This record gives sequence, C-alpha cells and structure tokens, in this order.
Amino acid sequence: MLRMTGISKTFNPGTVNEKKALSKVSLTIEDGEFATIIGSNGAGKSTLFNAIAGSFFPDEGMIELDNRDITYMPEYKRALEIGRLFQDPMRGTAPHMTIEENLALAYMRVAKGETSLFSRINAKQRAMFRERLALLDMGLEDRMKQPVGLLSGGQRQALTLLMATLVAPKILLLDEHTAALDPATADKVIELTNRIVAENNLACLMITHNMHSALEMGNRTLMMDAGRIVLDISGPEREGLTVDGLLKKFSADTGKEMDNDRILLSQ
Amino acid sequence: MGSILSLSVITSALELGFIYSLVALALFLSYSLLNIADLSTDGCFTLGCAVGAQVAIMGHPILALFAAMLAGVCSGLIMALLQTKLGVESILAGIIVNTGLYTVNLAAMGFSSNLSLFKAETVFGMFKELIGAQWYKLFVAVAVVIIVSLVLVWFLGTSLGLSIRATGDNEDMVRASSINPKFTLTVGLCISGSLTALSGCLIGQYQKTCDINLGTGMVTIALASLIIGETLIGSGSVQKRIVGVVFGSCLYRFVIAIALRLHVPAECLKLISALIVAIAIASPYLKEQVAFRRRKRAELQSRKGGE
Repeated sequence: MLRMTGISKTFNPGTVNEKKALSKVSLTIEDGEFATIIGSNGAGKSTLFNAIAGSFFPDEGMIELDNRDITYMPEYKRALEIGRLFQDPMRGTAPHMTIEENLALAYMRVAKGETSLFSRINAKQRAMFRERLALLDMGLEDRMKQPVGLLSGGQRQALTLLMATLVAPKILLLDEHTAALDPATADKVIELTNRIVAENNLACLMITHNMHSALEMGNRTLMMDAGRIVLDISGPEREGLTVDGLLKKFSADTGKEMDNDRILLSQ
Repeated sequence: MGSILSLSVITSALELGFIYSLVALALFLSYSLLNIADLSTDGCFTLGCAVGAQVAIMGHPILALFAAMLAGVCSGLIMALLQTKLGVESILAGIIVNTGLYTVNLAAMGFSSNLSLFKAETVFGMFKELIGAQWYKLFVAVAVVIIVSLVLVWFLGTSLGLSIRATGDNEDMVRASSINPKFTLTVGLCISGSLTALSGCLIGQYQKTCDINLGTGMVTIALASLIIGETLIGSGSVQKRIVGVVFGSCLYRFVIAIALRLHVPAECLKLISALIVAIAIASPYLKEQVAFRRRKRAELQSRKGGE
C-alpha cells in the first residue's frame, strides 16, 4: 500500500521560473488497486511519479510504502520495491548489454538471498529468464545473447515491463509506457500490462493520454490539474462513465476546458 | 620490410605493447564502460612506477606489483570521491587528481625526479634464467596481461561487473535496478586505477628507471590503443573487446617502432601519437562519409544518364 500525505514540490523557488508542480497531494493506493491518471501537460503527473520513485525529495509531506516512511529514502533503495516504466523505451534497458545480462541485473535487485556481488548468471536463472521471455510471445527467448540495442521499441518496452515485474514490486509506475509505440505493439504491451498486474495483484499507477484506456483499464481513474488531484472516481460511478462524461466532469471541477490536443485527438 | 622490422624490434614492440595494454584496459573500464574520461591516468601511471620502484629497490619486485596496484586503487578512490561526494565533474576531478599526484609522486620518489633500479632485482629478471635471454621480458608481460584479462572477463560477468557495465550504458536503469551508481562508479575507478598503476610499475622494472615525467601523454597513448582496437576488432562481447584492446596497444607500438626505424626524431613521437589517435577516432566517420559521397555520385550520374 502506498500512502502520500500533503506532498508539495516547487521547482526553481524564488525565481521567475518558479513552478508549483505539486501542491498538497494526498493519495492512497491499496494493494491490487490499478489507477489510471490523466491530465493536461504540466498537470504534475510525471512529477507525482518522480516524487514516489524518489527522483527528488518533496518540499513537504510524507510518503509511506506498506506503513514505512520512505520520504527521504534514496531513489536506488526505493527501486527495490517500486517498478517503473517510462514513455521512452530506451530508458529502461542497457542497449550494449545482452537480453540475458539485462534480466540478470533486474533479477539481482530483488533476489538478494540468491545472488551476491560476485555471483554469475547460472543455468537455473537462465532457464527462468527463458521461460518468462517466452510468455511475451515475441521470440526473445531465442535471442538472449543479443544486445538489447537490436530490439525494436515495443520489444524493449515489453522487456522492461518484464524486468520491472520479474519479482513483483510493491507498486508499479507506468508513465505513458505505450505512447511511443505503434498501435499494434501498444495493444500488445497493454495486454501484457493487464495480465502481469492481474496475475501479481500489484498496486499500479498508470499515466495515459488515451481517455478510453483511462476508463477501461484498472479500477480507478484520477485526473490531475495544476499540481492537484481534481477528480478521483472508482466503483459504480466510474463504470457508467463515457469519455464525454469525463471531459464534462473535468470542466465542471476545474472551470476550464481540457486543452490537451493529444488527449482530445486520441478519442 | 625485413630491414625495418628485425626480430628484436618486433619483440620489444610486443613487450611494450603488452605492458602498456594494461593502461588501455584501465581506460576500457573507465572510458568505454563507465563513460568517464579519466585524466588522472598520467599521474596514476607515474604513481605506480614510483611506488613499485621503491618497493623493488627494497628487494621485493613481486610485492612491488601489489603495492603499486594498491596505490592506484587509492588514486581511483580519490577520483571517485571527488565526483560522488563533492559533485566535481569527472574531467575536472581527473585534472585535480593528476595535479595533486605530481607532488605525491615526487614524495614517493623521495623528492628526487628520478630513481634508478639498475641494482634492483625485477620481476623480469626473475625469469631470465628460466625462459632465456631473448624471450623472458615478453613472457612476463604476456603472462601478466593474460592473468589480468582473465580476471577482468570473469569479473565483468559477475553481478557487480554487470552493474558497472550498466552504469555507463544506462544510469537510469542502474538506479531502477536498485544499485547505487555511485558505488559502481567508485569500484570501477578503483580497478581502473590499479591497472594503470600496475602498468607503470612494470614499465619501471622493465626500463630499470623511474622518472617523474614518465606518465606524460599516457592517456592519449592508451586512448589510441583502445580506439584502434575497437575500430579494428569491433565491439562485441567483453572477451572480444579485451582482445581488441590488447591488439590495439601492440599495433600502436609497431607503428611507433616503424616510425623510429624510419629515423623519425624521438622528439616528434608525441605528435605522431596525437596523429594516430586523431586518425583512429576519425576513421569510422570518414569511412561513412566516403561511402555516402560515392553513393551520391553514382546516384547523380545514373539520373543524368536517364535523361
């Protein structure tokens, strides 16, 4: 369970570029809860993820994971329990290392008892990697010795998703992870995401610009504007909601129209 | 060619090529894998030579190798601490450490600008009887490089080695894998420093002298070897790349040996080194440009012919 209480962050304070990116955001995500997040550019969606992942420390507020205060825990330590995917498929993998080596890096993150600083990839791990890669249904299990740089964006993103969930994290953060992929590959990665999240009963937050995905995927939808969560719907209220209804709710709650072309065009 | 490359010229080029390849391997770690231009290489090389020479003069030539490596680890550690704890840019950290090392090196040499090892026993001398007067130096150089390469190949396949490789490749991913990139950077620079210092120590015992200016220009020479190796052998698996680095270092020494045999004055050698590095770095780009021009000309000509 992730709990954020009164998180604020201002960038470049005291200068002309001052930007209040998050203002007193409070949010609780239970285990097994899959929330989608939508909002205009600059609404603070990615900043929210950066705060959770520890890319920066908040100016005020507290972040807890499973009732443990992680507000000032460094990013690399948090990564033990937080899986994260970015829009750019290049960010999640090391291009000059092989598929197998990338998986080994992701695996040693979590399998602390099984691996030490000087352990090498063994046959058992290799077999496990092979089995998991086969689940992606992309033929990657036969290319384990090839550098990741040779894979397509979609393949790299699918591999990153696998790496992030090789051993289930406490929470999975997906930052528009299908936005840079072609529609067919995006559908495939979406399907994989749904399956992996459901199988492991993960707590998951997903930023998307696709209003349909925002309503269809997961079981809760959040809308952000100007560093605040302005809309939080789940349950029966969400089930009957259409994209138009969502846009109306947005303008009713914020007093302005949704101004993001990418969101409007993706309808 | 026979008159230019006699057997003794070939063996001494190979001897130097193998010994200096350790510096190129150090840069392989810091430059190719960690993506850091380590400008402390020059000072660290002399440090290894100075510390090693002092221990060898005391009568422990083998211990000298380990003492030099330890000194190199310290140099790498300071370089890493400047970057991770004090936020100094890697290039500046290298320059700072290099400057500081000049005084440290003088101190290690007992505040004299050179040391003589003519009376001291060396690791090379220990094998003279066993191997024979012609090959003993090459034997020692090759043996050390093979041992170092095998350890390096093993190490880069371990969890820690993989993390070091990933640090230079995609730091975001390393952090996401719950590895502290500052830690991997520190370990990488320490190992790199130890290899540079080991090379310096071997050169000191090989030439039976240690000079305060011994390391000047070392980073350029090692970079040349590294890039020649990566251009000719290419980048593939770690094993292949390490072989490429050693090969590049030997080839570089051959070029220098030939230049010397062609009576290029010794004062011009640094300029030749600089030229070799420039050519080695530029060659992949030039190759691409030439191919493009050729394609373009052929395409334009075929259009003219079609009219």
